[in-house]
Amino acid sequence: MKLKSISTAIVIAAAAAAGLATSTAFAQAKEQFFPVLVYRTGAYAPNGVPWANGYVDYLKYTNAKGGMNGVKITYEECETGYATDKGVECYERLKGKGATVFQPLSTGITFALTEKAPGDKIPLITAGYGRSESQDGNVFKWNFPIAGTYWVAADALVQHVAKKEGGLDKLKGKKIALVYHDSPYGKEPIPLMQERSKLHGFDLQLLPVTAPGVEQKATWLQIRQSRPDYVFLWGWGVMNSTAIKEAVATGYPREKMYGVWWAGAEPDVKDVGDSAKGYNAVTMQHGTETGSKIVQEILKEVHGKGQGTGPKEEVGQVLYMRGVMSAMFAVEGVKRAQERYGKGKVMSGEQTRWGLENLALDQKKLDALGFAGVMRPVSTSCADHMGANWARVHTWDGSKWQFSSDWLQADESILKPMVKAAADKYAAEKKLTRRTPEDCQS
Amino acid sequence: MLYRENGQFKTSYRADQAVFPIAQDRLAILAIIAAAIVVVPFVAPEYLFRAILIPFLILSLAALGLNILVGYCGQISLGTGAFMAVGAYAAYNFQVRIEGMPLIASLLLGGVCSTAVGVLFGVPSLRIKGLYLAVATLAAQFFVDWAFLRVKWFTNDSASGSVSVAGLQVLGLPIETPVQKYLFCLAFVIVFALIAKNLVRGHIGREWMAIRDMDVAAAVIGIRPVYAKLTAFAVSSFIVGVAGALWGFVHLGSWEPAAFNIDRSFQLLFMVIIGGLGSIMGSFFGAAFIVVLPIVLDNLPYWFGIPIDTALAAHLTFMIFGALIVFFLIVEPHGLARLWSIGKEKLRLWPFPH
Repeated sequence: MKLKSISTAIVIAAAAAAGLATSTAFAQAKEQFFPVLVYRTGAYAPNGVPWANGYVDYLKYTNAKGGMNGVKITYEECETGYATDKGVECYERLKGKGATVFQPLSTGITFALTEKAPGDKIPLITAGYGRSESQDGNVFKWNFPIAGTYWVAADALVQHVAKKEGGLDKLKGKKIALVYHDSPYGKEPIPLMQERSKLHGFDLQLLPVTAPGVEQKATWLQIRQSRPDYVFLWGWGVMNSTAIKEAVATGYPREKMYGVWWAGAEPDVKDVGDSAKGYNAVTMQHGTETGSKIVQEILKEVHGKGQGTGPKEEVGQVLYMRGVMSAMFAVEGVKRAQERYGKGKVMSGEQTRWGLENLALDQKKLDALGFAGVMRPVSTSCADHMGANWARVHTWDGSKWQFSSDWLQADESILKPMVKAAADKYAAEKKLTRRTPEDCQS
Repeated sequence: MLYRENGQFKTSYRADQAVFPIAQDRLAILAIIAAAIVVVPFVAPEYLFRAILIPFLILSLAALGLNILVGYCGQISLGTGAFMAVGAYAAYNFQVRIEGMPLIASLLLGGVCSTAVGVLFGVPSLRIKGLYLAVATLAAQFFVDWAFLRVKWFTNDSASGSVSVAGLQVLGLPIETPVQKYLFCLAFVIVFALIAKNLVRGHIGREWMAIRDMDVAAAVIGIRPVYAKLTAFAVSSFIVGVAGALWGFVHLGSWEPAAFNIDRSFQLLFMVIIGGLGSIMGSFFGAAFIVVLPIVLDNLPYWFGIPIDTALAAHLTFMIFGALIVFFLIVEPHGLARLWSIGKEKLRLWPFPH
């Protein structure tokens, strides 16, 4: 027994050593390693899987197109199951392999990695999620909530319903209920909603739902009693479809319900189908983009060659596109860094960070990448790690998502002081000083 | 052949009552501790520290605490996650609100707060027993989860309910690199394991075991159930609270109540059951089994270079892990620690069994 276990241990160790040797051999062949943190299992898998498929498909697509100025992408997935400790383990495992940039895909993991990334000099991209104050690049040097945060999403929603009412002043005396997933993710929009409610005089009702959110009877009973004018749904995974079903049961009109982008994808409404008709959700720029050029390209270059990661039908759906867009930011960040540090070279985490901080995706570039109509230009800077604050609202018509609003822009005059205050608080807690202008040049 | 005690004569009660009466055991343990302190920091890669050794040490400390309550005193608790959370958040508040608070002091004060909560939720144990007590301690779990999610004061008014610490240091020595963190945790584990071992073999440990084996009989021979049960709750939740504080401060660095949810409580209870109830050694075996095995299983396909779907790998890990739990519980219901001691018994007679 003992001998046997020792021999297995030796075999495992030898295999590990062999694995190590091959990965160093890879690195010499001009390959850039992208870690991919995913959750393909567990309660949130329905939303995690399309994101992961999109992410990986875009990396494959980039390779099919010749890589990043000749540098091929290698990647490895690690299953987090949305658990913070598992995510940290994945981070530690993959960072040793020369990770370029991490995308934690979980607010909890983002919080944990925010503490670790500066020490390891690896940037974090949290496209559309994560901690909202990390927009402030002067404090959060390594965090990049590119193209939106939950505060932007909440702000866009408030503006949208105000437009429906006929102006922000008409919100006075209205009642908005925020039904949220009781986790750091769900709590993110609360400060902004409170700020807006103070400003415009609407009533904000906070209704937490315990994760994973299959039990919401009590919440919807409260909604039936208080009859809010609008319900904002900061839900996720199974919580969304449950909320819509409960809304049907309590007779709350779906037209008055607005979800965040995690609550506005196909898996959220598919099971409910027709009864979800009229339900709205904010999108961080893109929606279902099956017609876009990039999707056609991926279908041709990746799926057409039998390399596709997930089912073909899901290509171009909301969360798939989110994965594609997130991967695009990472790839473009590396490419931008190459412009400064040498084209066709493998970029380190620090160099990639510079690239992400100086991202300049104008309309011409987006058109070339095939993202025309999918999103608006993004341009980041040292002070602003978000780069764009546009959003749209789309509505489920019973079989597909359709845009129902024009472009909405978050109000910087409200967001900026909040971001600064929250970032300052973080800096004070951590005894950090704001970055100097010289540091921005580096 | 090597492992036999012939010729080791005990001439005093002291020698007879030593923690490790057999010289080989003593040497082996000392060698392991010495290796853990001196050799491991130089040879282990960073990943091993951060992903395996540090979580293993902290969770074995928590399992040790729980083992005192469940294994030695027979009080089933499902509130371990809650006591860990109390330790972590209390330590966080001491650290943030009091300027210049030494790290070790805040960790220990976290343990003290956890003790208070543990004793409070231990009071029902005086009237209810067994599985009913498990349900009562479940209340602690839900109450604490609720409190840290809802009461903003505990999280220093953080918007998202997530708190973080940074810049840890002890007497001017920073606790930042994985090696420093590892040694810091190791020191805690060694000290607490020693304290726990001495408690359980002292009069108080005997009281706990008497209560566990039959509380009525224990009361008849003059053991006060109130005292015995509440001290078990106190000691257990103190150790668990310190482990929770270490988990938050040293391992995660930033955490939310979900890090200490009901799953954590079950995980620790399984560690204790699989490792061996009523055994200090068992806590370490259980923690190793539950922390290290899934990671190894997860990594196997990559080590061997087998291209395998991530989801499939995760599911396979669950299945193999579950099967192994069932296997070990069938082979030895008393846990890995019992398996270990059977092995030692056999080794003593080897190669000439009677």
